[in-house]
Amino acid sequence: MAVIESIIQHYNHWIMIFLMVSGLYIVVNRGNMVKKLVGLSLFQTSVYLIYITPGKILGGTPPILDDAFTVYSNPLPHVLILTAIVVGVATLALGLALVVRINEAYGSIEEDELFANGEDGT
Amino acid sequence: MVLLTLMAIITVGIVRIRNLFGVVVLSGIYSFLMASVMIVLDAVDVAMTEASVGAGISTVLMLSVLYLTKSRESVPTSTPLFPVIVAAAAAAMLLFGTLDLPPFGEAATAVHQHVAPHYLAKSMEETGVPNVVTSVLASYRGYDTLGETTVIFTAGIAVLMLLRGRRKSTKPSTDA
Amino acid sequence: MKLDLILRVATKLLCPFILLFALYVQFHGDYGPGGGFQAGVIAAAMVILYAITYGLEPAKRAVPPAIAQAMIPLGVLIFAGTGVATMLLGDNFLAYNALDHHSPVHGQHLGILLVELGVLVTVAGTMVAVFYAFAGRGR
Repeated sequence: MAVIESIIQHYNHWIMIFLMVSGLYIVVNRGNMVKKLVGLSLFQTSVYLIYITPGKILGGTPPILDDAFTVYSNPLPHVLILTAIVVGVATLALGLALVVRINEAYGSIEEDELFANGEDGT
Repeated sequence: MVLLTLMAIITVGIVRIRNLFGVVVLSGIYSFLMASVMIVLDAVDVAMTEASVGAGISTVLMLSVLYLTKSRESVPTSTPLFPVIVAAAAAAMLLFGTLDLPPFGEAATAVHQHVAPHYLAKSMEETGVPNVVTSVLASYRGYDTLGETTVIFTAGIAVLMLLRGRRKSTKPSTDA
Repeated sequence: MKLDLILRVATKLLCPFILLFALYVQFHGDYGPGGGFQAGVIAAAMVILYAITYGLEPAKRAVPPAIAQAMIPLGVLIFAGTGVATMLLGDNFLAYNALDHHSPVHGQHLGILLVELGVLVTVAGTMVAVFYAFAGRGR
C-alpha cells in the first residue's frame, strides 16, 4: 500500500523528469535545429509542470474567488507560468527566425552539414 | 495520470520521429495534453494560454519555418552514447531530488505558506477582482508583468530585424 | 483555390466571433479565466486564420503590417505610461490606488484594465508581426 501511495504522490514528478530529460536528450543529440527548438520547448513545458504541480491542493478549486468555496489552489505559480508561456513563444519565434536566416545563408539547418561546410575553406 | 502517461508516450514519439512535420504536429498534440493537465491541476488561466499559444501560434510558426527550410531530418552521424549519459545523469540527480519533495496536493507545504494566502484573502478588498491570477498578474506583480511585456517587445523587434528585407541568394554571405 | 469554399465561408463566419471572444476574454478576465496575454494571442490567431485561408495579401490589407508593428511598442508604452501616471499622481510606480482618489479599489480596477490593455496590444501586435515576417519570407 505504501508503495502505491508513493507512486501516486511522485507520479507527476517522474513524468516531469522524463519530459525534461527527453528535451535535454533531443537538444544534445539531434543536429537538426528545428528539432532542437522542439526539444527546448519540451524542456520548458516540463518546467511549467514542475511549477504548477505543488500549487495544487487536493479538494481545492481554481483561484477565482467565490463565496461558495474556501480552499483555492495557489495562484502565484499560475501567474509566473502564464507569463513564461507567452515569453516562451516569443523566444521560440526568435530562435526560428535565426534558423531561417541560417538556412538562407548556408543552405542547411543540420549542424553536421554546417560544420562540414565551414571546414571546406570559408 | 492518464494524461501524463499520454504525454510521455507523445514525447517518445517526438524523440523517435525523423519527419519534422510529424514532430511539429505531435508537439501541438503535446501542448493540448499539457493544457488538459493544467486544468486538472486547477490552473485554468495557464491552460487557456497553453492551448492558444503552445498548440496554436507556435505550431503555425514552426510550420511556416518548415515551409521555408526542409521537413526531413538527416540521420545523425555521431553516436548517441554521450547524450544518453548526460540525460541519464541528469535524470538520476532529479530523481534523487524528488525523494525529499512534499507529497502531492497537501495544503500544509511550504509553497502555500508565504504570500499566497495574503493574495487569496485580500484580493477582493484590495483590488476588487475575483480572479486572483489577474490581480496578482497586473497589480501585485505589475513589475514582473512589465518586464515580461518588455521581453516580448524585444523578441518581436529582434525577429523583425532578422527577417526584414529581401531574401538573398543561398551563397554564404558575410553580413547577418 | 476554388475548392476551399467551405473553409472560406467558415472563416468569414468565424472571424468576428473569434475577435468577440478575444475581447470577452480580455474584459472578463477579472471574473473568469483570461486576461491580456490570452486575449492577445486569440486576436492574433484570428488574423493568422484569415491569412491562411485567404492568402497573405488580403490579410495585410485588413491588418496592415505597419499597424501590427506599431502595436508592439504601443502596448509597452501603455503599460509603462500607467506606471508613470501613478507616479505623477503622487504614488509609487504602478500603485494603482492613486488613479481614483475616492475609492482605491476603483483605482486598482482601472489600473488593472489599463495594464491588461497594454499587454493585449503588445502580444497581439508581436504575434501578428512575427507571423507576417515568417510568412512573407517565402515569396
